[in-house]
Amino acid sequence: MERSRQERDSGAPAATARPPVVPAPGRGTPSPGVAHPAAPGPPAWRPARQARWRRHWGVAVWMLPAALVMALVFGYSVVELYVQAVTNQGSWAGLANVRLVLSDPYFRAAIEHNLQLLIAVPVLAALGLFLAILVYEGLRGWRAYRFMIFLPYILPVPVIAVVFSQLLQQNGALNEILGKLGLGVLAANWLGDPNVSLWAMMGVIIWREAGFAFVLFLARLLSLPQETQEAARIDGAGFFSLHWRITIPQLRSVIWFYAVIEGITMISWVFNYVYIMSNGQGGPGDSTMVTELYIYQNAFQFNAPQLAAAAAALLFTVLVAVFALGLGVRALVLWRRSRSQDAERGLRLTPVSGHGGEAVWPG
Amino acid sequence: MARVMPAPTGTAPGAGPGGKRALRILDRGSRQLVLLLATAIALVPVYVMITGAFKTQAEFLASPWSLPASWSFRNFGVAVSNGFGRWLLNSLIVTSISVAATMALAASAAWGYSRWRFAGKQAVLSLCIALMVIPPVVLLVPLFQLGAYLHQISTFQVVIVIYTGLMLPFSIYLLASFFSQIPESLVEAAIVDGASSWTVFRRVVLPLSGPPLITLGVVNLLWAWNELLIALVFLQSDTKKTLMVGISEFQSKFNLNIPVTMAGLSIAVLPLVAAYIFGQRYFIRGLTAGALRE
Repeated sequence: MERSRQERDSGAPAATARPPVVPAPGRGTPSPGVAHPAAPGPPAWRPARQARWRRHWGVAVWMLPAALVMALVFGYSVVELYVQAVTNQGSWAGLANVRLVLSDPYFRAAIEHNLQLLIAVPVLAALGLFLAILVYEGLRGWRAYRFMIFLPYILPVPVIAVVFSQLLQQNGALNEILGKLGLGVLAANWLGDPNVSLWAMMGVIIWREAGFAFVLFLARLLSLPQETQEAARIDGAGFFSLHWRITIPQLRSVIWFYAVIEGITMISWVFNYVYIMSNGQGGPGDSTMVTELYIYQNAFQFNAPQLAAAAAALLFTVLVAVFALGLGVRALVLWRRSRSQDAERGLRLTPVSGHGGEAVWPG
Repeated sequence: MARVMPAPTGTAPGAGPGGKRALRILDRGSRQLVLLLATAIALVPVYVMITGAFKTQAEFLASPWSLPASWSFRNFGVAVSNGFGRWLLNSLIVTSISVAATMALAASAAWGYSRWRFAGKQAVLSLCIALMVIPPVVLLVPLFQLGAYLHQISTFQVVIVIYTGLMLPFSIYLLASFFSQIPESLVEAAIVDGASSWTVFRRVVLPLSGPPLITLGVVNLLWAWNELLIALVFLQSDTKKTLMVGISEFQSKFNLNIPVTMAGLSIAVLPLVAAYIFGQRYFIRGLTAGALRE
């Protein structure tokens, strides 16, 4: 009795206090000395304490396994990554690795190519939007179109890359078609000519990712109220003015969301395409070298893990900055828009989710 | 359909002047044409792959576009006996275990997240969203060195743990946002009846979560099945390679025999396409919600 009361009063961790309390003999007797604010009387004391115990430790018990795995895979790696970026074979190297990487022409080429791939983002957004609007207005058979146009996006990139490296050969299927259409001048050694190889890969990326943009925008379109569009049409708005003035502004949040994630894809998720279509080399020459391949080669082919770590740390830092900037700009725009709308109409529009995923889920 | 339309859309098709009507039909035709072209472009590589798998080398080189002369499965046999059988099995092992582990851990964490209030709750979810953006290549060097230190290179378990870790942020995010929509009253009622939080989770929450769990399972299966980089680095021994690693090497090794390569690719893709045909909406829902991942 004495022991358990002390534990209660001293506010010892609930987890250790609980076991001796349960079989305590005098739990029914009033104990005026225990004036705990959250536990006014002994009968109410146990459930209250138990509830609090559960509130604090229940979370931990349920979330701990996942948290451990994530801490290992993400937490450990990111910390270790930065440690390795500033050391060389165990000794402090400061920013020497980073400087070495930044002056490496291959790394510069890689960055340049990743930035060049960003050109695909507006192309993809425009293409996806165009197709989505066509399907939306035609509605008949939209499920069939959605099924087929989205199909490329579920195929594994390595498979796509192998098929396309056949199609894009000098004597491959694409050049054959071009020849038959009388466009033989356009034929090229798509993957073998350093001047076109990156563009060819961009084409493959667009081929696969367009389906995703299409589905994302179509889902949002289908969830829009029809009245606005019909009103605009009755007022005589043509195709372009209707969609430029009405539809695209309504899709602004999902387009922004798409641009951010697709931008991140172009900067840091194109390894699979490049690795397979250039046979792991980033060639011809360095024409398709990208940051991910640079990291991979330094770590696992050139035995220079400190350079790989420095490059990876740079990539990670840039990504975090871009992501934060993207979200920040979005939040700022939303905040300013809602303020001006408040001022204009004296009412607030339905809040648009900052993270576009929610807006998409119901579709 | 949209151009200049003097009459409201609700009126009969003949309402507009004749010229306008003809224009509209033409317009609709050109739209269908654009969509058909887009669809054709989306399907062409799949067509070339599947028909290529049935051709002979000479046939494929003569024209990748023609239909095969005979539908013989010989190339599939060659592909399977040259490694695709083993790789398929390895992919099945790695994918199924890592997805099962992810679902269990994510469901538990998401339930803990949505059931309890605690300090920094919003920060945990934001962290999950941020983690989805991290490309695996960034984590590769430290993880590989840790794996080598623990003598775990070329084992399935190391890849399974890494896959699970990489799939968790999105999985937790998705399930937590679903669990938080479950009416509080349902949970409260069960607790008043004396149910423990485990019982509530098993008897109330999980039975309500069928669609999101299927969606999540589909997305994770797709991701793990298609993953190349981690498998490439960690599964180096020939007997441990997954399909994607095998494909990346088969490409250079069997470059001369295109039909066999195409047959192998078809083997890797057919389970996905079959699943997509039957569960299209789960793919679309999950992938649009999981837009942050490859």
